[in-house]
Amino acid sequence: MADTPIPLEVRNITKRFGDTEVLKGLSLKAHKGDVITLIGASGSGKSTFLRCMNLLEQPDEGDLIVHGEEIRFKQTRHGREPADWKQVVRMRAKLSMVFQSFNLWAHMTLLENVIEAPVHVLGKSKKEAIAHARQLLERVGLAERADYYPAQMSGGQQQRGAIARALAMDPEVMLFDEPTSALDPELVGDVLKVMRDLAEEGRTMIVVTHEMAFARDVSSQVIYLHQGRVEEAGPPDEVLGNPRSDRLKQFLAPKH
Amino acid sequence: MIDLHGYGPRLAEGALITIELAVLSLLLAIVLGLLTASAKMSRSWLAHRIGTLYTTVIRGVPDLVLMMLLFFGGQIGINMVTDQLYERFGWDIFINVNEFVAGVITIGLIFGAYMGETFRGAFLAVDSGQIEAGRAYGMNHWLVFRRIRFPQMMRHAIPGLSNNWMVLLKTTALVSVIGLTDMVRVAAEASKATREPFTFMIIVAAIYLLIASVSEWGFARLQKRYDVGYREAD
Repeated sequence: MADTPIPLEVRNITKRFGDTEVLKGLSLKAHKGDVITLIGASGSGKSTFLRCMNLLEQPDEGDLIVHGEEIRFKQTRHGREPADWKQVVRMRAKLSMVFQSFNLWAHMTLLENVIEAPVHVLGKSKKEAIAHARQLLERVGLAERADYYPAQMSGGQQQRGAIARALAMDPEVMLFDEPTSALDPELVGDVLKVMRDLAEEGRTMIVVTHEMAFARDVSSQVIYLHQGRVEEAGPPDEVLGNPRSDRLKQFLAPKH
Repeated sequence: MIDLHGYGPRLAEGALITIELAVLSLLLAIVLGLLTASAKMSRSWLAHRIGTLYTTVIRGVPDLVLMMLLFFGGQIGINMVTDQLYERFGWDIFINVNEFVAGVITIGLIFGAYMGETFRGAFLAVDSGQIEAGRAYGMNHWLVFRRIRFPQMMRHAIPGLSNNWMVLLKTTALVSVIGLTDMVRVAAEASKATREPFTFMIIVAAIYLLIASVSEWGFARLQKRYDVGYREAD
């Protein structure tokens, strides 16, 4: 067990936008099979933290270790940047992201969306990628939608399609950025169900969410962020069942 | 039947030159336009400045003036350089500016500036989430461009592209000034010789109109191709 590198580790990430420090030294360790949920009010930095993990945002300080490989940075005129973009590309291919607004590529069919990165980034054969994609679409309940374009599908279908696209990469870690926030309430359930299944089969997941039931039932660890700091972290029963800080109590209190 | 007084074949050759000139200029303009759009959207201050200078200068000077400047001025410039090379190094090089090449370069340069603006607007119209998804899935800069930005940008660029092409096509008529025997020049010569300008000019007008109509149909098909996946969304 000790020899297998852990899928993702981030240490002391800081990030500022202009004068505002949005992340003030955040760390996280995702072991294989962990489901870590990040919760917090809007503006707490949870999405930014997640986006730093695959370098869609460049952290100003801190370390990033993906499957045992540390990402190298250098200082440039524009601030701190990765020293080797090839390394970033390689590391991103191990972390698949599911976005709040789905971001399926609009000019491609669902099937084309799912095979795009496996073929062009991982270099899989098209035939193999298509076979895998069909299985994944079956899994998320979209087998008949393979030839539809994103605009022809509901939000829930698009998000399940986006999850299939993420799975097609055989990722080490899946990053979910508020995957149900843009959905109509009646469509949320289907997406959460797919995510629960993934957690059960032992996928390593980091999920930014407002779905407290999901956080409570599925995650191995809950991290509550407040103004760019970890306010409380631990197993869901502790953090959600028995919150210590007043802020978290208030955050968890039913909204009227 | 209209009597062409034997000018038919030369007119056809001229029409072919017009088409070749227009198509090659368009290709050059597209390449320059993409480069200009990239330069203007670049983080680099210098690239941005060069792009802006190019579009400002080109769009602010009449096409005819630019053409004569590049063709006649260009020849003088080249001669000055080759003279120097001869004097200093004894290299005997003679470069003659070919009318056709000069025409392609001038028209390409002019319309590259307009294309640059068309492409820039079209690139900016692509939803940033689409590009972000590409980056998040491990695509490098070039792959994101080829697979996502370009095909999605084209949808927004085609109306402007088609408009630029129509103007470009008509601008080719100016090359008769620098001595290229395109169909306008042939028709002008024929008009003078036969004293039947109406006959020849109406034919030239009809040929331009025909090329324009065919290309309009072509652009409509291209638009349809790049609109795939969006019809429901709009």
